Amino acid sequence: MRPQVPRVLPMLLLGAMLATPALIQRFSDSSRANRSLDTVTALSRYGFYFEEVSAEAGVAFTHLAPQLDPKLDHIMEEVASVGASVAVVDFDRDGWQDFYVTNSREGSANALFRNLGDGTFEDVAPRMGVADLNVRGTGVSMGSVWGDFDKDGYEDLFLYKWGSPELYHNDSGNGFTRVTDKAAFPRWINANTAVWFDYDRDGALDLFVGGYYPEHINLWKLETTRIMPESFEYARNGGRNYLFHNRGDGSFEEVAERMGLTSTRWTLAAAAADLRGTGYPDLVLANDYGVDEIYFNESGERFREAGGQTRIGFVPKSGMNVSYGDIMSEGRFAIYISNISEPGVLLQGNNLWMPVDAHDGQYDNMASILGVEIGGWSYGAQFGDLNNDGALDLYLVNGLFSGIPGSDYWYDHSKVAGGHRSIIEDARNWPPMEGRSHSGYQKTHVWINSGPYGFTDVAALVGAGDTYDGRAVALVDLWNRGVLDVVVANQRGPLLIYRNTVVPEHHWIGFALEGNQDNRSPIGAQVTLFWDGKRQLQEVSGGNGFASQNQRSLHFGLGSAERVEKAVIRWPSGVEQILSAPALGRVHRITEPE
Amino acid sequence: MKTTEPLDYHGKSSPGWGARLALQIRFDRRFLPPVLITLILLLAHLSFGILESYEKTLLAVGASFAAEIVLSLSILGRWPHLSSAYISGISVGILLRSPFFWPYALCALIAITSKYALRIRDRHIWNPSNFGVSAMFFLAPFAAVPLSVQWGNEIWPMIVIWIVGSITIWRLKRFHICAVYVLGFFFFALIRSWITGDPFLVEVAPITGPMYQLFIFFMITDPKTTVRSKRAQMAVAFLVAFAEFFFRLAQTVSAPFYALFLVGPAAMLYEIYRSPPGSAGDATHPTSPN
Repeated sequence: MRPQVPRVLPMLLLGAMLATPALIQRFSDSSRANRSLDTVTALSRYGFYFEEVSAEAGVAFTHLAPQLDPKLDHIMEEVASVGASVAVVDFDRDGWQDFYVTNSREGSANALFRNLGDGTFEDVAPRMGVADLNVRGTGVSMGSVWGDFDKDGYEDLFLYKWGSPELYHNDSGNGFTRVTDKAAFPRWINANTAVWFDYDRDGALDLFVGGYYPEHINLWKLETTRIMPESFEYARNGGRNYLFHNRGDGSFEEVAERMGLTSTRWTLAAAAADLRGTGYPDLVLANDYGVDEIYFNESGERFREAGGQTRIGFVPKSGMNVSYGDIMSEGRFAIYISNISEPGVLLQGNNLWMPVDAHDGQYDNMASILGVEIGGWSYGAQFGDLNNDGALDLYLVNGLFSGIPGSDYWYDHSKVAGGHRSIIEDARNWPPMEGRSHSGYQKTHVWINSGPYGFTDVAALVGAGDTYDGRAVALVDLWNRGVLDVVVANQRGPLLIYRNTVVPEHHWIGFALEGNQDNRSPIGAQVTLFWDGKRQLQEVSGGNGFASQNQRSLHFGLGSAERVEKAVIRWPSGVEQILSAPALGRVHRITEPE
Repeated sequence: MKTTEPLDYHGKSSPGWGARLALQIRFDRRFLPPVLITLILLLAHLSFGILESYEKTLLAVGASFAAEIVLSLSILGRWPHLSSAYISGISVGILLRSPFFWPYALCALIAITSKYALRIRDRHIWNPSNFGVSAMFFLAPFAAVPLSVQWGNEIWPMIVIWIVGSITIWRLKRFHICAVYVLGFFFFALIRSWITGDPFLVEVAPITGPMYQLFIFFMITDPKTTVRSKRAQMAVAFLVAFAEFFFRLAQTVSAPFYALFLVGPAAMLYEIYRSPPGSAGDATHPTSPN
């Protein structure tokens, strides 16, 4: 049969198809986010802007990365790529939010920046006894979480390390006492995440600690170079996880195996929240080199892994962050897990798991549809209403290692990443980095929530245009102004403080909760706020994101609303408390009713 | 005895329709690669969850089918054999990794359309899948990247795939292409190791991954886009490995695809223009495929 149409038609079609990617890129949102706006325009257009004020605030802190066994010198930047962290706390209960940051070089000092209330901060860590915690032979700090494990009303400090974990009791805000020995933690964990939560609702805060490298490895005294993941996406040879049950007398019992937390994946981040409305906190783990895991809490008696059931644990990626947020203002948490995206090499995409039917454990990944999928080599992320418009926004930092400008280690990395286990797991086989960048100089993303239109990246437009190798992000109202400021801990880089300015027409309300007798922090308490036909759910967290912890009090933006209908508080004990029409523009300090 | 003769499934005395279909599937060797690639995919996905999602793979296959049917009907005026489109679609679904949906559809459309748009003496000279994925990797690196990791950690799935793939390709009389390419890859890996100073194992590492299994068994052996003589096929396979050597020295992640993209059509053109019209190298020859 003769041809029906001329051959030029498929040629024209092919030409149009080949031009399509360029057109898509040209009209994609990301290409517009490079220009910076003046503050007036940023305020009028987006309702907020940031100023980096660390110097003005008297905070001069630069993270030092670990320096490990010389056998790893050729890929030191790759291996020693974590350790910068930030955890917010009002450790002295003076009403001003302070924060603790970690350093990761042997001999380096951690810092506890006390908020002086005048816009500046003072590092009181040496005076308080929590600075010199990277002593040679004990490993180095990876992060910290605050929780009042002994219910005395003051937040205590748990420090996780590639090394010996440490617990410091807060002595009424006047100092800290090391109580690690009584707590009876293992001598060594190569941990990169920890979460305080009361998994069995017995009123005492328990502690989850996630292992990265196996616990028998001392990264400063390697007996073998076969310490790397056995696969880039299917590795199970990481560190074990720990669940420390609080006995209530200052000691902890390790119950991970009994409770079903037996995985040995490379866990980088964890967070707990009641995802199904059972009253018990569930646990989500972001695992590097493999699938993520979600553990449903079976009435405090056991955790059931439901990664396959929920689809959260089906496609293996490089999980590095877990954050929760009720981004649709419908009383349910979405889960954000960051991964790696590098154009031309690896596009895992970040995951935004939206509950389809959270009680039955069904989730859909809506990151692409909502525009928060492609970040970079993504680490820490936090949900918070940055412009007080009533919808939760998303702050995400990126970048593994910024080395020699213009250089790139990705090709060499891709060679071993595609190799068989016997090749990839031996550090000797990894080509030397020689100072080359590996997803370096990547931009921060500040995605504002545009409701049904998804999220729009405005980072550079609103003043958050830094390109350090971001790790931890914490949202906190540092100066009690009713806005969320941002503290960013960068690997091998300076600590950044972004002071937020929000248009005054956008209203807000806050809740600082305190448990009555049990779980005074009170981690796990939920507040559902109802206004203008909307409702938004938030939960007090014992650590989330990547190596970070937000302020304890809950902050709600309200947009132009003039009143709130009610706030429903569900305490960890199960007691429900309703506040009718609470006043706007203030933080309500609520104590659990008897 | 007539019953021992190869069955002619076009014959008038053939059995019923179901049996005829079964016989056609049994004896149409064009179904072997699709069956093999589907088995590999299913095994890999059910074992390791290698697919981004079923939807993306089905989208690629669906787009491939749609393009093949529409273009064949409109240009050639006949219903196409869909085994080639199936391989193209499913190869796109496996080899291309993207968090988005559109690259899967676009890549499949480009692959199939290239067969109809880029023809010399009525032969298409690019392997469709190779053209599609190379175009996407080059033009849309922000949205599409090659499959570059292992399927699981175990050596057994890899051995099974290599054995099953080798047997199948042997039956199709194209094993020599794979063998020469693999030997060439190892040879040039040795030279690269000597030049770059990286361990030989590291230079060899990529070929242990599934991307290469698919590339070797399904892409460089494509009957319609390889030259005719056995000796020439082996020479081309070696040249692909040689071109890949330079792409790898230039630190190009998609090196094998770009190498085949350049060498394959060049060899085809050489053969086409050296062959007189009506010869085995020409599409008008009775044995030439469409």
